Amino acid sequence: MSRADWEVVIGLEIHTQLKTKSKIFSGSSTAFGAEPNVQASAIDLGLPGVLPVVNKEVYKKAITFGLAVGANINRRSVFDRKNYFYPDSPKGYQITQLDLPIVENGQVTVELPSGGTKTINLTRAHLEEDAGKSLHENFHNQTGIDLNRAGTPLLEIVSEPEMFSSEEAVAYARYIHQLVTYLGVSDGEMSQGSLRCDANVSVRPVGTIELGTRTETKNVNSFKFLEQAIEYEIERQIQVLESGQTVRQETRLYDSVKGETRPMRSKETATDYRYFPEPDLLPVEIDDAYIEAIRLEMPELTGAKSDRFVEQYQLSQPDALSLAANIPLADYFEEVVRSGGDAKLANNWVRVELLAQLNKDNVSIENSPVTADQLGTIITKIADNSISGKIAKTVFEALWRGETKSAADYIEEQGLTQVSDSSSLEPLIDRIISENPKQTEQFRAGKTKLMGFFVGQVMKETQGKANPQQVNEILNEKLK
Amino acid sequence: MIVDKDVVLNIAELAQLKIEDHEIDHYVDSLSRILQLVEEMQSVDTQDVEPVSNPLDGIQRLREDQVTEEDQRELFLANAPESEQGLFLVPRVVE
Repeated sequence: MSRADWEVVIGLEIHTQLKTKSKIFSGSSTAFGAEPNVQASAIDLGLPGVLPVVNKEVYKKAITFGLAVGANINRRSVFDRKNYFYPDSPKGYQITQLDLPIVENGQVTVELPSGGTKTINLTRAHLEEDAGKSLHENFHNQTGIDLNRAGTPLLEIVSEPEMFSSEEAVAYARYIHQLVTYLGVSDGEMSQGSLRCDANVSVRPVGTIELGTRTETKNVNSFKFLEQAIEYEIERQIQVLESGQTVRQETRLYDSVKGETRPMRSKETATDYRYFPEPDLLPVEIDDAYIEAIRLEMPELTGAKSDRFVEQYQLSQPDALSLAANIPLADYFEEVVRSGGDAKLANNWVRVELLAQLNKDNVSIENSPVTADQLGTIITKIADNSISGKIAKTVFEALWRGETKSAADYIEEQGLTQVSDSSSLEPLIDRIISENPKQTEQFRAGKTKLMGFFVGQVMKETQGKANPQQVNEILNEKLK
Repeated sequence: MIVDKDVVLNIAELAQLKIEDHEIDHYVDSLSRILQLVEEMQSVDTQDVEPVSNPLDGIQRLREDQVTEEDQRELFLANAPESEQGLFLVPRVVE
């Protein structure tokens, strides 16, 4: 059997830290990068006698996310205790939501790099508290515990097992990352752990309906590692099954140095969490008016944005959707239009030229070396016939390589301005006609395909700077 | 569910409790009786009763998102058996 004989099924649990000033159950700061334990209060430490109090903003963020994915917002939600012992969780339990999470259902449609779109259903998104951090180095064979992160609010976004390749899973994770960042639900700083994925992966023979045994690879904190971890798991599980063994249902860790997943120690995974309703907190009730108030404050979402692009910029539906589905790209596009004026040109340049370069050099749109303003200038110059499309690409490439900071200056310095002046083009064209009597004769005898030859000659002489439309007109006139 | 010696030892391990061998029979017996009581309670018809998640008949009040806690690290670290460089030290845990 080979890889083609197996079908992969993936579900993701994405933990996203919410962008709040204070923690979910205490008034400690959530700022990243503080000295160890200076943001760990008596509540975060789980000292006897303290009580948690729920942060209002945490609910607002969760509801914002729920509305953005068309989910049900539970009017009544309940916190539960998940019991386990680990030193970075000083209470001996995590407060989370089990049976009545704030957000249930919902769906997202994401663009796939290889083309097309994919709709993924969400099971739920629930609120919980983050754990602290364990530091294993240099403490005389002991572990150092920093509880600054303990109690940082998390929204855990759980998908249905509906993704069938690492490509789909990564596209989905990227979309969620973009969405929570755009909505202001999270700061999206992956390097600071603001978004961590648990990947549930299983394989089954093609054509079977029943799911295979899954493994859960925990705490993957980059898209690249997510792809690698899933690919590793797929290959590993197929090998296990093809050798006649069975996949063990277990929790695994991804080791990005070795590029492999390995089981967590079974003692930590064989836990029975003994959930029960959190006795220190009452149920949270949300009314319709509060939800509607949040809805009114929300930024424009993909569907509405796509419709607006069709209406406002006369884009085709697929073009509009592919821009709108990628929030930073859509923002970039609109900035180009604001600066360059011509929406049709902006659409082409952003979706074709820019995306190709970004993909080729593996750069994100946020880090594009060509700014929206610079591209806008290029488009202005194309639209007013100052430069041809071909020269525009030269200018774009120069900006991309950082050879210049200003499209206008570069065009000026390199003398790239298109020659649209008929008084300078006409003598040149006269000369080319007289230097090529044979072709002229053939053209006049009906071999009109030779027009390309004449245009080519003019372009060669002007180093591509002649306005092609005008060259055609003058040639047509003179070759009659 | 039957509470036997293994169940008692497992629960004790999950709860990080140390149980002496001579105490096990006592826990098997008392935990079994608690479960019997729960079984008895389950025979009551609760079809029209809302599940209770908290015995207090109220709803949670939410607090504004403001930082109100000050740094009390030195005070809290002083409670710990060992600390270093602002960290609590615990027996080594490795994954």
